[in-house]
Amino acid sequence: MTYAIELEGVAKSFGSVTAVRELSLQVAAGRTLVLIGPSGCGKSTLLRLMNGLLVPDCGSLTVEGQPLTLESAPELRRRMGYVVQSGGLFPHLTARGNVTLLARHLGLAEPSIRSRLSELAELVRLPEAALDRYPAQLSGGQSQRVSLMRALMMDPGVLLLDEPLGALDPMVRAELQEELHALFKRLGKTVVMVTHDLAEACYLGERIVLVREGEIVQDGTYADLTDRPVSSFVSDFVRAQRHLHDGGGEA
Amino acid sequence: MRRWNSLGRALCVSTGALLLVAAGSPSARQEEAALKIGSKAFTESVILAELAAHLAREHGHTVEQARGLGGTRLLWEALLAGQIDVYPEYTGTLLQEILSGEGIEDLAALQEALADRGLALTRSLGFDNTYVIGMQEERAADLGVASIGDLRDHRELRLRFSNEFMQRADGWEALAARYALPHRDVRGLEHALAYEAIGQGQIDVTDLYATDAKILTLNLRALADDLGHFPHYLAVYVYRSELEESAPEFVASLHDLEGSIDERLMMRMNAAVEVDGEGESAAAAQLLSATLKIDAAVEERSTASDILRYTVEHLQMVFVSLALAILVALPLGITAAYCARLAQPILGAVGIIQTIPAIALLVLLIRPVSWFSDDLGYPQAVVALFLYSLLPIVRNTHAGLQGIAPELKESAEALGLPFRVRLWRIELPLASPTILAGIKTAAVINVGFATLGGFIGAGGYGDPIFTGIRLNDYETILEGALPAALLALAVQGLFDLAERRLVPRGLRLPRDE
Repeated sequence: MTYAIELEGVAKSFGSVTAVRELSLQVAAGRTLVLIGPSGCGKSTLLRLMNGLLVPDCGSLTVEGQPLTLESAPELRRRMGYVVQSGGLFPHLTARGNVTLLARHLGLAEPSIRSRLSELAELVRLPEAALDRYPAQLSGGQSQRVSLMRALMMDPGVLLLDEPLGALDPMVRAELQEELHALFKRLGKTVVMVTHDLAEACYLGERIVLVREGEIVQDGTYADLTDRPVSSFVSDFVRAQRHLHDGGGEA
Repeated sequence: MRRWNSLGRALCVSTGALLLVAAGSPSARQEEAALKIGSKAFTESVILAELAAHLAREHGHTVEQARGLGGTRLLWEALLAGQIDVYPEYTGTLLQEILSGEGIEDLAALQEALADRGLALTRSLGFDNTYVIGMQEERAADLGVASIGDLRDHRELRLRFSNEFMQRADGWEALAARYALPHRDVRGLEHALAYEAIGQGQIDVTDLYATDAKILTLNLRALADDLGHFPHYLAVYVYRSELEESAPEFVASLHDLEGSIDERLMMRMNAAVEVDGEGESAAAAQLLSATLKIDAAVEERSTASDILRYTVEHLQMVFVSLALAILVALPLGITAAYCARLAQPILGAVGIIQTIPAIALLVLLIRPVSWFSDDLGYPQAVVALFLYSLLPIVRNTHAGLQGIAPELKESAEALGLPFRVRLWRIELPLASPTILAGIKTAAVINVGFATLGGFIGAGGYGDPIFTGIRLNDYETILEGALPAALLALAVQGLFDLAERRLVPRGLRLPRDE
């Protein structure tokens, strides 16, 4: 079996703080994997290691079978769409400019850029008119849609999403969750998504990896986490999340 | 992205245009072997320089004048570097200030010391502009005081000296010791105030210069220095020795002036300028006809064309230096932002430049500038303004690039764009409001700072400002200060407009949430 992404004994610290302890992980092609855990557990660091934004202290990574190095990173990144919580849209460019920036840099033909653009707009259900707006003129949900379009523009095999819905209000968030769900199914891409919301993880991810202090605590399905927790931390984490969604409202 | 391109193009085009202007500037308009005459920032020095200028023209030379330069050091360095050919000086200044510590005792030794430096000097022009002690004529007559020694018998007198005189080695303490003066009521005072006060009779005794126009206008008596306490400040011309080859007749005519101007005559000329409002050129022409019986044409200029000339000169200085600064500061700022190891050295260096006082910087620049320009004034001023402009632009470029939200930098990197493209298409446009603000700051500060060009005869609005200060003439000061202030506002407005065009639209929108 070939893996879309493979981490082998990867570790990363920032000064004296260890973000990721020697960790190995394989992401199967075409599958959706969710990284979950309390904030500061290293899940976002893991994602940044995968597209080479961070260089690991030790260990190795491969993307679609190719080793990820400083030299190969720019090329490999183009095969991995990346969306961050805030959208990360460049404020000086219109939605269109944001989405087509890389394609234009790579010298793609204008007609194919245009057709890809409308295809994507339809896919993420963004009104065409919004394409000419600047990020400051877009709503939160629209921003994330544009950001997703930008990530998908070059039709990458892999999507890396860092809390893509984290900054949205609940209504928009629920709507986008559904759309993402459908999108993942339809596109059949490898998706690695970071979230701290177990319900979202359960809804969107086939495989859930629970991370704590830079280590994988449990790796399995939602049912594995709820019914077969490997430690009290897992059951505590699950209980806290359920409490939040079902009975709670304190948070 | 098109917007940023237009910003880039605008910067390139305007920088290029400004450099063309620089090429056509006074530094490039080399006139053939013009005689360059300097003077210090006080009336007498300017009159003597004008006198030399009349003589030079009389002998068929073109003359370039650097009037009213802001300090002995400046003139001396410029003379050594060949950026001026001649200027009026005083023996006392040469011996006690410029060549102090060389143990020069007499004229022969002084001539030798100057010859070693490729310089020569005339003999005394005939007057000794040393310190004198002055009293109101009437009061001195009443008390029968004719010399400094006579003050001993009048210990009730109120003695007020300039602060400088109180501190000089040959000032009050030395004088009191020499003449055994018993006075207790002795204090330091601003010189201008001392004149005022002695005129009103509020004080009795103060220090003056021997050819001070105030001696005439306030009707003061200069008390004789019987014991020869004060060193001589004989007026001379100092010039570059090569003039003896290139302008022998002019040099000979300078020597013809030796011994021909006495204190009284010089004092009258000073008064003609400071009191009667005559031009220095006119006063010098009078002096020339009184001494060598030569009639010289007085140079007069109209105010309107002057203001235009000042404006052109000023704009040239401001924008040429700014264009050069942009060319250098942007790469420096970018380097500082992306190369952490170089950030502190770069920011530190441009910061230190800012702490150098303008006058010191101008003096320091005379030698290095002489390697590529024989002119005094414009090139030094441009280089100084260029150096002062670096800090705001480098700092803002650095801060603008550092201040970009990390998720935007990451998003750009995650797209797989190479560094050059990220910098040009994303990070510089995002930093452009801050960078433009830095350039604007530099431009506005430059407009103000360029007036200091008056220190070294660079022209521009500094010219009337420094002339006005020298002549104590507010109208002339305003002739420079007012347009300078207006220009600063105009430059500010121009950049506000440019900002609207050059900062990407997406960055100027209010957040819609």
